[in-house]
Parts: sequence; structure tokens; C-alpha cells
Amino acid sequence: MIDIDNFTPLSALIGGGLIGLAAAILYVLNGRVLGASGIAASALEGILHPAARDGLSWRLAFLVGVILGPIIYMLLTGTLPQSEYIAQDGRLILAGLIVGLGTGIGSGCTSGHGICGLARFSRRSLAAVLTFMATGFVTTFILNHLVGM
Amino acid sequence: MQLVIGLGSGVIFGLGLSVSGMLNPRKVSAFLDLAGAWDPSLAFVMGGGLVVNLLAMRVFKNRNKPYFSVAFSLPQSVAIDRPLLIGAALFGIGWAVGGLCPGPAIAGLAYLSSNALMFFIPMLLGLYIAKFIKPKI
Repeated sequence: MIDIDNFTPLSALIGGGLIGLAAAILYVLNGRVLGASGIAASALEGILHPAARDGLSWRLAFLVGVILGPIIYMLLTGTLPQSEYIAQDGRLILAGLIVGLGTGIGSGCTSGHGICGLARFSRRSLAAVLTFMATGFVTTFILNHLVGM
Repeated sequence: MQLVIGLGSGVIFGLGLSVSGMLNPRKVSAFLDLAGAWDPSLAFVMGGGLVVNLLAMRVFKNRNKPYFSVAFSLPQSVAIDRPLLIGAALFGIGWAVGGLCPGPAIAGLAYLSSNALMFFIPMLLGLYIAKFIKPKI
């Protein structure tokens, strides 16, 4: 059943549109794909290995910008966006580790494969999106309805 | 100039995540919970992002290079191979367990909370380890 009380189609579309705009700007002006996991991984690589410094500065600037996003939102609306964690402690750490491993091995996440890959009709990205959506749905079903976590 | 564009794109991305509600793991989890109180918002976020990005790709499709760089830098691989599918499958599992994907995990650092770090640091560790595991899959 659709949860009508929490369903926010308008702000979702506007926020999504901004995400698409951010991706378009980075691609058309800098020639780069907006993939959050890829940018984070390459920035980390650049920090750890001086030989991989190429492109480190725009990546760090991007990451700082992403962190500034919610702060600018707060300056405009008076409050940080609502954020309620579903996991704590060990479960949260495990989730972070799996997300890092998965997006690293699978070369992308919701932004890189989802927003950018699909927009250029990449079959790889379509396969990735269908796969992570499927395991996301199944894992949530198991957690929420079978083991009740 | 590339630095300014990177910053600007990041700010708009972070604002988009904020406006869309995607910084709320509870909301993301409610999208993945098809059998529960389902919140389809995330599909509208992806839809909105795709439409704007698709339009931009059409408008600028005849450009052979970006405005402030020598060439477009696109992933070269085209094969739907094991690392892609195994990695994506793992990512979906972690996404469901924590309610966070990499973009919101980065933006979440703005909250200066221990929760944000408890996801972000292991995620970086995973991304780092993945580089060594990927060629072996």
C-alpha cells in the first residue's frame, strides 16, 4: 500500500531535478560523470597516493559542495533536512562497509549508474540499477517482514 | 575553473538531496519496503534527475568536448560482467541495511553526527578495499 502521508512527489521531483542539473553541469562543463562513490574513491586515492593527484582538486571541491548542500538548505529554511537513521552501531558500520565494497566493485551507485548511466542509455548501468534495486527490495523484505529488525 | 564547477555541481547535488528527502534513511528505506507502508518518492527523485539530465544530453549532444576540459571522460567498459553484477548486488544489500547510499552519506557529514561518521568511514574503507578485490572477481 502506498503511504500517502509520507509520499512527497513534488519535493522529490524538484530535488531530483536539481540532482539532474548538478550531473548535467559537471558533464557538459567539466566532462565528468557525477558518481558520488566514484568521486569519493578517486579523491581518497589521490590523497593516499601522490601519483594519483590528477583531478583531486575538483573532486575535493565537489565533495565540500555536497556537504555544503544541507547547510545552505538550513540557511534558506531554518532547519537541516529531516534525517532519521534506521540503523545504529554495528549494523550502521556493516552497511557502510558493504555499500563501499559494492559500489567500488560494481563501479557506481545510485547517482553514477542511476542518474548518469541511464541518461546515456548505458546497458551496464541499467543492469546495475535493476540488480541493486532487486537486492535492496529483497533485503528490506527480509529485514522488515521475516526477521523483524 | 574546473574547481569552481566541481564546487557548484556539488552544492546543487547536495541541495537536491536535501530538498528531495533523500538524506532521510527512513524515507529511503520506506521506498525499498514494497510490502510495508510504501513511499514511492525515491522513484520520483530518480525520474526527475533522469529527465533533466536526458534533456541536457540532448541539448548538448553535438558538442565534441566539454566547455572547460579537453575531452569527455566516460567509463570505457561495456560488458555486463561479474564485478558489475556482484558489486551492484552487494550495494543493494548495504543500501537496505543502512538506508544510505554514497551521495547522502557524504552530504550527511554536514550533520556532524557520530552516525554520519559511523557509515561514512567504513564506506571509504570498503571503496579502498574494493580496488584490490575487483580484479579477482
